Amino acid sequence: MTLLGLLEREPSHGYDLKRDYDTYFGRGKPLPYGQVYATLGRLARDGKAIAGPAEHGEGPDRKRYAITEAGIADVEDWLRTPAAPEPHLQTVLFAKVVLALMLDRPASQYLDLQRAAHLGRMRELTELKQHGNLVDTLLADHGLYHLEADLRWMDHTAARLDSLKQAVRQ
Amino acid sequence: MSLIIEARGIVRSFGQTPALRGATVEVAKGEILAVMGPSGSGKSTLLHCLAGILTPDEGEVWFDGKRLDALRESERSALRRDRFGFVFQFGQLVPELTAEENVALPLLLSGTRRAPALREARTWFARLGLDGLEGRRSGELSGGQAQRVALARGLVAGPDVLFADEPTGSLDSVTGEHVMNLLTASAREQGTTVILVTHEARVAAYADREVIVRDGKVSTLTGVAPAAGLTQ
Repeated sequence: MTLLGLLEREPSHGYDLKRDYDTYFGRGKPLPYGQVYATLGRLARDGKAIAGPAEHGEGPDRKRYAITEAGIADVEDWLRTPAAPEPHLQTVLFAKVVLALMLDRPASQYLDLQRAAHLGRMRELTELKQHGNLVDTLLADHGLYHLEADLRWMDHTAARLDSLKQAVRQ
Repeated sequence: MSLIIEARGIVRSFGQTPALRGATVEVAKGEILAVMGPSGSGKSTLLHCLAGILTPDEGEVWFDGKRLDALRESERSALRRDRFGFVFQFGQLVPELTAEENVALPLLLSGTRRAPALREARTWFARLGLDGLEGRRSGELSGGQAQRVALARGLVAGPDVLFADEPTGSLDSVTGEHVMNLLTASAREQGTTVILVTHEARVAAYADREVIVRDGKVSTLTGVAPAAGLTQ
């Protein structure tokens, strides 16, 4: 979904997408070329992207891909839908915020939706603690502290969206 | 849903500094509402306007069918004494009084005689796990004990609404959790509406619903069902 989001900016070659993915989201784990082209092939097969004609030049694949309306709708849907509130969401949340800013979408609204989903889960865990035994309570606490950490990150990020937007749209 | 408090388009400034810029919020009877937001967002000012401690420069505050901001100060004061309870971050107990006299204070101020007021106050010590501390002064209580005494004082008169401003802000996490369990259980038992200002998500998770104050306005979070799985 991150690659499809990157494709929404402008029609791109696989190479450009890999470079930008590695720059913003790779964090020391570059995306293999094979995975990039496999993903692009799958997106084209599913009607989310269309491939232009092969271009002459070096390299394994010189097709330029463009996102389709169905692809744009998928990106929008993915951004709008809060991820299931679970620990260790950093990568997904981070990718959503950065992509929303790149695409000039309302990142703060997506963060609000995610915050609501997180708080909803925290309410469930708090309820569980009030009626559970000590083991349930401690397990719920573990979840609560992780969700709270995510929420702090969301608040911190929400307060810095303007400067983050400048950084990712340069 | 029957509303007990409603604020419409509240604007409130301190000198040239705007604290609220058109805040609107509705609170249902019996609801526990968390008001969240970053420091300086205006959440405490909103609480003070809803409680009639401050009057807004513009906008309306309604409580139980009455226009709160249009009442005279003496009427608002009577309302705060008879219908509202308060808990703040630091218990703010009267240091010269014993714990039980502190709890009895709202009853005494409303005209209840001393003996029945103290009798009622003492019933709260067992409920909140404060047995044996009735005669202590605030300097002889731990932070958690003092906050539980403050909670008893906030609830002893059976208020319609309890306003709690960062009630666990000065407590460690375990003590804070204990106070929140007691606060929500007691409020639900009495049917008291609670408006809880907090910047801590773990505290807000005790509420039925939360709103966020941001730049002096209230934004209601509109949750949608989380996705079943994570997709990248």
